[in-house]
Amino acid sequence: MGKIKYHILVCVGTACQTAKSEEILKNFKELIKVKGLETEVQAIQTGCFGFCENGPIVKMMPDNTFYTKVTPEDCSEIIDEHIINGKKVDRLLYVSPETKESIGDSRHKGFHKKQIRIALRNCGFINPENIDEYIARYGYQALGKVLTELTPEATIEIIKKSGLRGRGGGGFPTGLKWEITRAVTSDKKYVVCNADEGDPGAFMDRSVLEGDPHTVLEAMAINGYCTGADQGVIYIRAEYPLAVERLKIAMKQAREYGLLGKDILGTGFNFDIEIRYGAGAFVCGEETALIHSMEGLRGEPTVKPPFPSESGFFGKPTNVNNVETYANIPPIIMKGSDWFSAIGTEKSKGTKVFALAGKINNVGLIEVPMGITLREVIYEIGGGIRNGRKFKAAQTGGPSGGMLTEKHLDTPIDYDNLIAAGSMMGSGGMIVMDEDDCMVGMAKFYLEFTVEESCGKCSPCRIGNKRLFETLEKITQGHAIAEDLDKLRNLSNVIKDTSLCGLGQTSPNPVLSSMDNFYHEYLEHVHNKKCRAGNCKSLMQYLIIAENCIGCTLCARNCPVDAIAGERKQAHLIDQEKCIKCGACMEKCKFNAIFIN
Amino acid sequence: MKSAYHRLYKIFTITHIMEKIKSLSDLKMLQESLSAKINLREKINNSDALIQVKVAMATCGIASGAREVMEVFIEEFTKRNIDAVVTQTGCMGYCYAEPTVEITMPGVEPITFGYVDIKKASKIIDKYILNNELVDGIIPVNYETIDVQ
Repeated sequence: MGKIKYHILVCVGTACQTAKSEEILKNFKELIKVKGLETEVQAIQTGCFGFCENGPIVKMMPDNTFYTKVTPEDCSEIIDEHIINGKKVDRLLYVSPETKESIGDSRHKGFHKKQIRIALRNCGFINPENIDEYIARYGYQALGKVLTELTPEATIEIIKKSGLRGRGGGGFPTGLKWEITRAVTSDKKYVVCNADEGDPGAFMDRSVLEGDPHTVLEAMAINGYCTGADQGVIYIRAEYPLAVERLKIAMKQAREYGLLGKDILGTGFNFDIEIRYGAGAFVCGEETALIHSMEGLRGEPTVKPPFPSESGFFGKPTNVNNVETYANIPPIIMKGSDWFSAIGTEKSKGTKVFALAGKINNVGLIEVPMGITLREVIYEIGGGIRNGRKFKAAQTGGPSGGMLTEKHLDTPIDYDNLIAAGSMMGSGGMIVMDEDDCMVGMAKFYLEFTVEESCGKCSPCRIGNKRLFETLEKITQGHAIAEDLDKLRNLSNVIKDTSLCGLGQTSPNPVLSSMDNFYHEYLEHVHNKKCRAGNCKSLMQYLIIAENCIGCTLCARNCPVDAIAGERKQAHLIDQEKCIKCGACMEKCKFNAIFIN
Repeated sequence: MKSAYHRLYKIFTITHIMEKIKSLSDLKMLQESLSAKINLREKINNSDALIQVKVAMATCGIASGAREVMEVFIEEFTKRNIDAVVTQTGCMGYCYAEPTVEITMPGVEPITFGYVDIKKASKIIDKYILNNELVDGIIPVNYETIDVQ
């Protein structure tokens, strides 16, 4: 049997599909048959190329020719010219808008890709359990470079100039943080890696640690050199066993090569790292709580100042950075601050990793340059909303963030724009919601999380969030009055202003942001006792249509709470007081006699 | 099944004795020799180039069955005497299509397949690896990875 020589890859992503890509695929398959090329040429569907504005996309293998804006009529020309005559169909090649040059090869630099992988550069590429693969990709050379060629001050200057800001959520300039820690005089200093990723739906840091643990170790050593610390500590939640395992393997291998330990690369610099485990409390992502937890104390925050840079782990100056922040350090050192600061927006440089989740087709991990729009993220990279539903909102920043709505679809995503939009960057969770999601219910979901995770040290957070949650519960159950909405807003503002740490200061954000953007839904819940998304069970009513009901008694027999009454062969009735809205009756009814109001 | 996984561990974790790297120039030399080795493995039109299979094995991949899929590749390759390197790697980012597997045939651009269960893994060997015929579930790489150098 002869081997297949050519492949025709046809994108059947949502956008290309609307532009007839299925017909294109069908045409190719037919033409291949008609021309008797089955043993040599194969046409096949693929996922999205992320180049939707130029779709439908057809890619030819093995020569990587990339045809754009293909129509079903173009198929025969492609087969005749490209495959039979071996000539590219020039008019279908992509023309670079900048250089006006037609680009035939999909690997050409002119193809502007929506995603740039800096922090994730090695994830899914190297074997994370083999240090050699990291070294082959220039691993530890950034450390070597700073130790042999740069002073700590010069290194900090590079980081400062790059414009890198903390990727854990706050967005504090990383270089400045290092400089502050360096400026403090002390006999002992620490650098800490905050791997206490706890937002619902976020897994960026876990992926970096599992896919490229050495980059974090290398960056921590660089940080140690810059701040004057010889000891690093990784604070990681015990719920990440694989990340812990791979970190341990990485640390062992780095020590064997002498890339951690004493006299690294013969420069006299000593640095080693240990791991401390967290029990998975959300508040321990806050740096003072994190430090207390590392010290073996209860994971509770304390008032800042003093900042950890002055007095942190065991009272010593401590520099805390997040996993993703660290993952950006080695490339910045290797490629320079100008390279990094050329990516992104004016005040937010580089890229950000997002964990795309919720009602989106391509749930996954993406890394995009700052300044990309929500529309590009959702519709091009994310492949659009699941089942063709309508986009309603995207929650960024997890329980500390807010909702971005349709009006924010074209806002460039960066630290400052997100804050202006009433949300925040956060660590990078992005949960997409469609028209079937109730916004009051979402706010309630996040509040339930914060109530659970509040450490209880300060009253605004401990009591206030609980009251917020109860009020939201009242609204979703249809017991609220108009006054409750004002209370909700006032209390939210008080909690924001008076809480001790970041957890409480941001926990009302989902409430405020959903009230700002979807106030009409709140009003509907309160005044009309209606949930337009159909999520709030208490506001739903299962009703029987008397005309359709033949009185078969099936529903009554299946109701777990005996809420359905009625004689045989007569229309039944649901007792709304007793009904628990389980839906069993509707499922059983064979006559479409039950509906939800 | 377990043994295959352990055997793999033996083969693809570091086997040489690790000596301390004493200076930046030693590190650079090591980098060069390691990447030369990898390039040789990947070299286009090199008749000795091996088939490479990378299985995304982050928590999410493993949870959706990547470990079993990796075992299938190793066992089938051994059984059929196919020279190939099977390695694990981290998250490729395609959570919606886990388990994901990237296959590099000598001289051809790598292809990433999604939704690879045990059955699909065998199908990929039969169709793509042995006959260069693609199977459904191809995920085009739609990102650019920076080169650190």
